[in-house]
Amino acid sequence: MAETTLAPPEVQAETLLDSNELVLNMGPQHPSTHGVLRVILKLDGETVLGTDCVIGYLHRGVEKIAENRTFQQFAPYVDRMDYVAAVSNGLGYCMAVEKLLDAEVPPRAQAVRVILTELNRIASHLLWLGTHALDIGAITPVFLCFREREEVLKIFENYCGARLTTHAFRIGGLQYETYDTFEKQCLDLCDLMEQKLKEYHDLLTGNRIWVRRTKGVGILNAADCKDYGVTGPLIRAAGIEWDLRKAQPYCGYENYDFDIPTAETGDTFDRYMVRMEEMVQSCRIIRQAVDALPEGPIKGKVGKVIKPPPGEAYVSIEAPKGELGYYIVSDGSLNPYRVRVRPPSFVNLGALDKMCRGSLVADVVAIIGTIDIVLGEVDR
Amino acid sequence: MANLINTFLLTDLLKGLWTTFKNQKPSKVVTEQYPLNRPPVAERYRGAPRLNTHPETSETLCISCNLCALACPEQLIVVTSERNPETKRKDLTTFTYDVSRCMFCGLCEDACPVDALELTQDFELATYTREGQIWDRQMLEEGPLPVRYTH
Ligand code: SF4
Ligand code: SF4
Repeated sequence: MAETTLAPPEVQAETLLDSNELVLNMGPQHPSTHGVLRVILKLDGETVLGTDCVIGYLHRGVEKIAENRTFQQFAPYVDRMDYVAAVSNGLGYCMAVEKLLDAEVPPRAQAVRVILTELNRIASHLLWLGTHALDIGAITPVFLCFREREEVLKIFENYCGARLTTHAFRIGGLQYETYDTFEKQCLDLCDLMEQKLKEYHDLLTGNRIWVRRTKGVGILNAADCKDYGVTGPLIRAAGIEWDLRKAQPYCGYENYDFDIPTAETGDTFDRYMVRMEEMVQSCRIIRQAVDALPEGPIKGKVGKVIKPPPGEAYVSIEAPKGELGYYIVSDGSLNPYRVRVRPPSFVNLGALDKMCRGSLVADVVAIIGTIDIVLGEVDR
Repeated sequence: MANLINTFLLTDLLKGLWTTFKNQKPSKVVTEQYPLNRPPVAERYRGAPRLNTHPETSETLCISCNLCALACPEQLIVVTSERNPETKRKDLTTFTYDVSRCMFCGLCEDACPVDALELTQDFELATYTREGQIWDRQMLEEGPLPVRYTH
């Protein structure tokens, strides 16, 4: 299907009815656009000739809000961008402000941060897997994935009191100490995940419908990935070992032993396999981090009033969806002068047109799902 | 050959279906019957706000320092006080908290120096009017009335 070449319709349309081309709006209320994405499809029969994304339906001006809030006050807002991976967002923001302040984060805080962000990666991938399978027509995985995701959310709830928009980290470290059964719950979750991942593989990996719907669909090769600035599982599925946790380790990721899963062709099936394997690797990291959880303080030396010196800082981390960057400019006052976010979903969505051209309408749904977008982050 | 058998017997599809059916056992049902059984929430849950009072004298713990109002990103807390000429301290007069705009981030709770303001485990905050979302001091001290839902 993906091999179909893009030929302009040979016969010039005389009347409207003769025309083979059709412009179709998909979304913003389409359930498989994962929120409020509107895609304008140009179709020739069932074949997609081109797509155009219309975004901004969920725009809340988060970057502008930052200019009117103090550094601490803005921290809960970043959770509302990629609300599926709120912990990663919080980590990126806190690290950027810490870089501005030149503040040290104690090792215990670092380790807890790693555990929580990896848990969040599992939660985010589970939500992706469930909804992506649902888009393609497999109804069961979504229930199973949400059941396991619930266990992750319970850890978040016990740790910081919120499930989704966690606000788990504070600038300079953590606000909350871990609770009594934290380590045990994390290890139990790793055991559970390893067992349940087998179940998902049983449901999907060998399933011929799933394979037919995903193999060879939405191919984005390595060169294109680089051209579009695509990051995260998309670029790894195209065969490039690019993971910021290895490429520029932060938060002590250099101390953990894990692999970067990659695949070759960069189609939807490969991205599925890469994400499944990433969950296994996350479990590995969580195990190591829990085993070696250091004692000590959880908050570094930052004052009650956070007033970074004038300057700018860019910090990027490997969020579940790709490279998440925060660029903060400080003018020496209590509020940031400018905050700019590099959201992975937004950049990855840019490759949608490239991936969709020549495929079928039904595959567009699969391709949107495989990019793993969260519109809160795309629109900010 | 194995592939051919697979094609005829649809073993891969049956394998998936078997996984589905394995989860049908009643012991594996995880659905919570919410309005009937209230799920327990975590100890640290950030829900409805409460203004703590002294357990014996039932005087408010709040010292009207206004730190919570300053910490809140949404600026939804309004604290007023008047100076007591005898003790030379500030006495709390009113305390308003707009729950409708609160995002339960917990910054106010962290800012309070005497643990007077606390986010509790109550999570049923729906009201019939917008005004009902603006909690006054009395409501904050007593907490929302527990509701039992029946059908
Ligand atoms: S929880 Fe957050 S938003 Fe709500 S009142 Fe406290 S500081 Fe403000
Ligand atoms: S921070 Fe605490 S003591 Fe100060 S005004 Fe708020 S509730 Fe009262």
